[in-house]
Amino acid sequence: MSGVEIAGVGIHPFGRFDGLTNTDMGVVAVRAALAEAGDPRFDAAFCGTAYGGVASGHKVLGALARTGMPIVDVEAGCASGGAALQLAAGAIRAGQYDCVLVFGVEKMPKGIIRSSFFEPWREEAGLAATPAYFALRAQRLLRESGLTKEHLAQVVVKNRRHGVHNPNAMFRKEVTAEAVLASRVVCEPLHLWMLCSPNEGAAAIVVRRAADGGAGSVTLASARLRSHLPGSVLGEATPLSGIDDTDIVPPSTLAARDAYEEAGIGPDDVDVVECQDTDAARELLAYQELGLCAPGEQAKLLASGTTSVGGARPVNPSGGLLSKGEPLGASALGQVIELVCQLRGVAGPRQVEGARVGLAHTVGRGANACCVVLTR
Amino acid sequence: MFARTITDGLFEMHDDGSIVLIGGYSPTSGRFHFPRLDSCPYAGTTDVETVALSTEGTLWAWTAVTAAPPGYAGTVPFGFGVVELGDEQLRVITRLTEPDPSQLTFGQRMRLVAETLPLENGETATTWAFETATQP
Repeated sequence: MSGVEIAGVGIHPFGRFDGLTNTDMGVVAVRAALAEAGDPRFDAAFCGTAYGGVASGHKVLGALARTGMPIVDVEAGCASGGAALQLAAGAIRAGQYDCVLVFGVEKMPKGIIRSSFFEPWREEAGLAATPAYFALRAQRLLRESGLTKEHLAQVVVKNRRHGVHNPNAMFRKEVTAEAVLASRVVCEPLHLWMLCSPNEGAAAIVVRRAADGGAGSVTLASARLRSHLPGSVLGEATPLSGIDDTDIVPPSTLAARDAYEEAGIGPDDVDVVECQDTDAARELLAYQELGLCAPGEQAKLLASGTTSVGGARPVNPSGGLLSKGEPLGASALGQVIELVCQLRGVAGPRQVEGARVGLAHTVGRGANACCVVLTR
Repeated sequence: MFARTITDGLFEMHDDGSIVLIGGYSPTSGRFHFPRLDSCPYAGTTDVETVALSTEGTLWAWTAVTAAPPGYAGTVPFGFGVVELGDEQLRVITRLTEPDPSQLTFGQRMRLVAETLPLENGETATTWAFETATQP
C-alpha cells in the first residue's frame, strides 16, 4: 500500500470577514498550499463545506483557473474536512490518483446555528437549541467523571493561552478562570466563553503519493471517518454526538481505534493532539474517547499539565476551536495544518518540542467523527 | 382559540386535558423509540408497533435555554432536558416547565403535561413538556 505525504498546506485565518466570500478565502488557502507544494498538477480535488452551497469547490478552483479534474464537495458536519482528507488518502493508496488537493471553506451563519438537521416542528418547540445538547452532554460528563465547572473553565484558560501564539486564531487574548465563569450562562453548565464561536475561514492541504516512503516529510499515516452505531444516543430518534451512553461506543472512539490501527500506533505514542473542543466539556470527553486517559481521569490529566504546551502530550496547541472559532468545512483541516506545523518544528512559541506523532479529532452533527494520524 | 398540535403523531390529547406520547416499539430489537418512526432506529425493521408511552419518568439531564434558538417564538429561558421512562428504558429529549436549573435534581420524578407555545406566524401550537411530579 502506498504511503501518503503532505506536500503543502495553506490557511486563510479563522474569524469574521464581512467583505469576503467563501471563494475569496478558499483562493487564499489553496494558492498557498499549491505554492508550498511546488504548484503541482493534481488529479482530483475534495472540498469540505456544510453551508457553502452548490459547487463551492468548483467556484474556488474556477477562480484559480485550475479546473478540469473531478471536484467533489464533501459534507460530514464538523468532520467535513477530515472526510475529504480520508477520500483523498484512500484514492492515493488505491492507486487511483497520485496527487490530490483537499480544502475546506465556510462562512457560518451568526448566532445559534440554524441547521436543516432539525425538522421545523423541533425548531418551533425550541428543541433545535444546539448549545443545549452540548450542555446536557456536559452535565452528564461532570456527573460521571467527578468534574466541576472549574475544570471546564481551566480548559478554556489552557486553550486561550495557547491561542495567543496562533496568528490564524480569532481570539488571541488570555483569559482567567474567574472571567470564564463570570461570562454569561448560555445553557447551564456552559458559559459563553466555554463555547466556540461558529465563524469563517478556509484551509487547504495538498497530499501526494510518498516518493520514497515519505522520509523527511510529514506523512499522513491514517485518516479514518466513522459515524454513530445504530440506535439513538439519547434513547430517541435524534442521534447526537458523544452524549455519554454506556450502551453504545461513541463514533470518536470508533474512529480513533481505526486510525491508531491503520497507523500502527496506540494513544501512548501520540506526542500532540488537536481535538474537537466545540465546548470545554467536549475536550474533556475526547480525552477518554481517544484513549488519552481512562474514564474519570480527566481532572487528573488536566491538572497535571500534561495537556498544556510544555507538558508531555499537549492538546490543542493551536488554541483549539475555543480560540480559532469553527468554520465547519475548514476546521478539521485547520487542525491537520497545525499538526503539520508542529511535526515540521515551525510552530514558534507554541511548538511542542520533538513532536513526531500527531492526532487530529473532529466530531459533529450526524455523529460523524474523523481521526487523522500524522507522523514524521 | 384552539391551538393545533405542533406536528401530527407525537402525542394524543384527551378530553380531560391529559396527554400521552406516542412512541414506536419493534419486537425485533425489543426497543422503544420516540417520536415514532416507520423503521426501528435500532434494527431497521418495519415491524414498528404504535404504543402509548409512560406519562411519568425520572430526570436524567437538564439545562435551561437562555436565548431563543432558530425558529422558536416562545419565552426564554425555558427548561430543556432528558427524561428517562423506566418501563420503556427510553430517554426522551423534552421541554421542561421548570426554567431554573437549580430547582431540579438527578432522578427527580417528572410528569408529562401539555404546553401551548406561540409560533413565529402569530398562531399557537400545543406541544409536550415534563413538569416535576408532586411527591406521593
